[in-house]
Amino acid sequence: MSKELIRLVDCVMEFDGEVVLDSINLYINDAEFLTLLGPSGCGKTTTLRIIGGFQQPTSGDVLFNGARINDVPPHKRQVNTVFQKYALFTHLNIYENIAFGLRISKVPEDEIRRRVGEALELVNLSGYERRSVNSLSGGQQQRIAIARAIVNRPKVLLLDEPLGALDLKLRKAMQIELKKIQQEVGITFVYVTHDQEEALTMSDTIVVMNGGRIQQIGTPTDIYNEPKNAFVANFIGESNIIDGIMVQDKVVTFAGHTFPCLDSGFGTNAPVDVVVRPEDLHLTDPEKGHIRGVVESVVFKGIHYEMMIQSPTFTWKVQSTMFRAVGQEVGMTLTPDDIHIMHKS
Amino acid sequence: MKNKFLGIPYIIWMAIFVVVPMFLIVGYAFTTREGGFSTGNFSNMLSYAGVFGDSFLLAIIATLVCLLIGYPISYWMTREGPGVKRIALVVLMLPMWMNFLLRTYAWMSLLENTGILNELFSAIGLFKLINAVTGSNIDHFPMINTKGAVVLGMVYNYLPFMILPIYNVIDKIDARVIEAAQDLGANSANVFRRVIFPLSLPGVISGITMVFIPSVSTFAISKLLGGGKTLLLGDLIEMQFYGNSYNPYLGSAVSLVMMVIVLVCMAIMNRFGDGEETAVML
Amino acid sequence: MKRNGVFSRVCMILTLIFMYAPIFVLIVFSFNASKSRTVWTGFSLHWYADLFHDTRILGSVATTLEVSVLAMVISTVLGTLAAIGFFSMRRRSRAVVMAINNIPMTNADIITGVSLMMLFVFAFGAFNATLGKALGVTLKTGFGTLLLAHITFDVPYVILSVMPKLNQLDPHLYEAALDLGAQPSYAFRKVVLPELMPGILSGAMLAFTMSVDDFVISYFTAGSGASTLAMEIYAMTRKRISPEINALSTLVFVIVLVVLIVVNVHSVRQERARQKRDLAWKRADG
Repeated sequence: MSKELIRLVDCVMEFDGEVVLDSINLYINDAEFLTLLGPSGCGKTTTLRIIGGFQQPTSGDVLFNGARINDVPPHKRQVNTVFQKYALFTHLNIYENIAFGLRISKVPEDEIRRRVGEALELVNLSGYERRSVNSLSGGQQQRIAIARAIVNRPKVLLLDEPLGALDLKLRKAMQIELKKIQQEVGITFVYVTHDQEEALTMSDTIVVMNGGRIQQIGTPTDIYNEPKNAFVANFIGESNIIDGIMVQDKVVTFAGHTFPCLDSGFGTNAPVDVVVRPEDLHLTDPEKGHIRGVVESVVFKGIHYEMMIQSPTFTWKVQSTMFRAVGQEVGMTLTPDDIHIMHKS
Repeated sequence: MKNKFLGIPYIIWMAIFVVVPMFLIVGYAFTTREGGFSTGNFSNMLSYAGVFGDSFLLAIIATLVCLLIGYPISYWMTREGPGVKRIALVVLMLPMWMNFLLRTYAWMSLLENTGILNELFSAIGLFKLINAVTGSNIDHFPMINTKGAVVLGMVYNYLPFMILPIYNVIDKIDARVIEAAQDLGANSANVFRRVIFPLSLPGVISGITMVFIPSVSTFAISKLLGGGKTLLLGDLIEMQFYGNSYNPYLGSAVSLVMMVIVLVCMAIMNRFGDGEETAVML
Repeated sequence: MKRNGVFSRVCMILTLIFMYAPIFVLIVFSFNASKSRTVWTGFSLHWYADLFHDTRILGSVATTLEVSVLAMVISTVLGTLAAIGFFSMRRRSRAVVMAINNIPMTNADIITGVSLMMLFVFAFGAFNATLGKALGVTLKTGFGTLLLAHITFDVPYVILSVMPKLNQLDPHLYEAALDLGAQPSYAFRKVVLPELMPGILSGAMLAFTMSVDDFVISYFTAGSGASTLAMEIYAMTRKRISPEINALSTLVFVIVLVVLIVVNVHSVRQERARQKRDLAWKRADG
């Protein structure tokens, strides 16, 4: 549907002999919101800096519209960055911060005025032109950093954990606002975060990374529902991961019970990891359940109760709107689409 | 642990040893030898207008030279690796920790008429060449006991005071701010002109202050390298307190005027770069 | 950032030569056999021998060390207390006392020196004419006034070093100690003081070096009663120029060099050790 804008081909990055990125292959489409997601040290920021031109990969190619741009310095790339902690120029006021890029490309003064005005409007900070950077709150500085990047009309906007310094409530509001801005300006956003919820909320595509490698690329729904391995399953949302045996296609045994499932292609009697999301386990009477267990602990989480339920082979994390007291015996049922099978990792 | 009474001993100390002496200067400046209020000391000072002129001129020249040498050096230092930076800092600090009189003395033997520099020029036949070309008959450059030597002494002594604050400020500039500028399309010249230079101004201002004030008020450098031929403000003040023309009234008046001019200059400069907090860092 | 090219490297080396050539010449001629400061006549150590027999110089070194150590200790205590006191004041009054505190630092040394000299002359004159006469005591400038002057210009540097540490101090730290049952004095000694210690130490170091290095203020406040090394050097350069000064410079240079190298090697080692430890922790964490 949309056309490809950036492609990383076999990008490897080494620092002092330590491999930080291990052969990254990735393409990014025009006007898409792509998130690089992973724990700290997974290589997501390095990947972003390679796209921005602040670092050159040790080997591999960076392509922009099909042309190799490894050696193009940052100031010549049609890419702008919103930095972690913003990196605003404290010696300039808001207006001059936003006008910085336009001044350098020698845009006429009246056009600068118009575009800075538009950018400020886009981030809901009209009227802040003359204020100093230090007089703004974190959330406002964040928006100025976005305005400063977007005013140059880049093809791609890179965002390096831009919401990390904000408090939870502001972060949620900014997530929605960022998505809105992206849809309004219609350019590609490449977003780096370690917050899985942020990634699920905003992205068109999520790239899960760990240990310098890409673990999985997919839409938020794919990644959540069909994690490719235990790392992804664990990192995206909470999961119960239990050993199982794939008896044959669409039949799996775990926790002393054989279940029908939707997966196939693992061979016969193959050991696998089985992923079950806590909200997919349905509580019922002990004698009606596939699995029996005893409630070990209960925590009220606002919309549901989170219970740890001890069965003979495994302690299950269960989220349910139904309350069960500690010590009570319960049964749990699973439907085929609640069961996700992964290769042993 | 908040206890404002802990400050009281030092507040009393400051009152006696900082505030009272300042009032003494002001008081003496407006008094004559015979006692009684007078502005005569200030009108007498007119005959020393040349001293004021020389002092400020030489100090301004020395400060500018320090800035012209010091700024690029500090900028280049920040672009070296951490090892070279550390060594460069030690190399800069080392002469600063030697007494400035020793540093000034070092130049005396270099600049003398029969000193090492003149011997060197003579040995390479420089004077022969000049004599042959211009028909003159010189066997040395007069270097010691000139205004040039005084400026040289100031530059040599105070150059590290220019380099260090500028270096500190540039070195502390967040690398991401520079990346942000590059990201917004600035090439290296633009990054320097629009980001590094404006951000380094507080360092420049404290460097200028730290070179200019000791330069304008020195009396030892002008005595040792100027041979007493160039009378500077410092010499003038010193003469009023130690010497034949003992006159603390005139000395106070000169001190007061110098202090006021310096304070006004500094206030104007600070307005310029609004960086007060970054001063003194050593 | 880009690395330096040939041109900038050459300029840096030229500056280095400019800084060190005079010192180098000074050192070389401290080993000269004759009195000449320009013609090399042979190697000799006798200027060093002379230096160590020069009682005036040795006495002035002792005076310098005495006044510097005393001034350092007193101004460190006075300055640390003052910093805490100022920190506890309201914004307005703090601004006023800090402004006064800055006067000795921003003023030219000669003005500080001259103004203190006038204070001593004025106060001693008044005392000797009245109370002193009655008691038969005559006050004179000398070591005492020298020390007072040194403390006066040292304290601002101590305050300047301690203040930032106070600003960084977590205000809850002291409260936490009290909450855990510590007496206020115990909490201060065991919790607050260690946090301030780096600032106090660097303030003390700064005060000491300022005192050792000072010439101008000492020159005006010591009178004829005491003489520091810097004052002695000044007198020597004015009157009897002798390669003894070269020998003295060489010794000062070597001492400073050794101190700087030791300090730097030590801090590099500490940094390396810290990095190693951090790395080990990281590995241990997986």
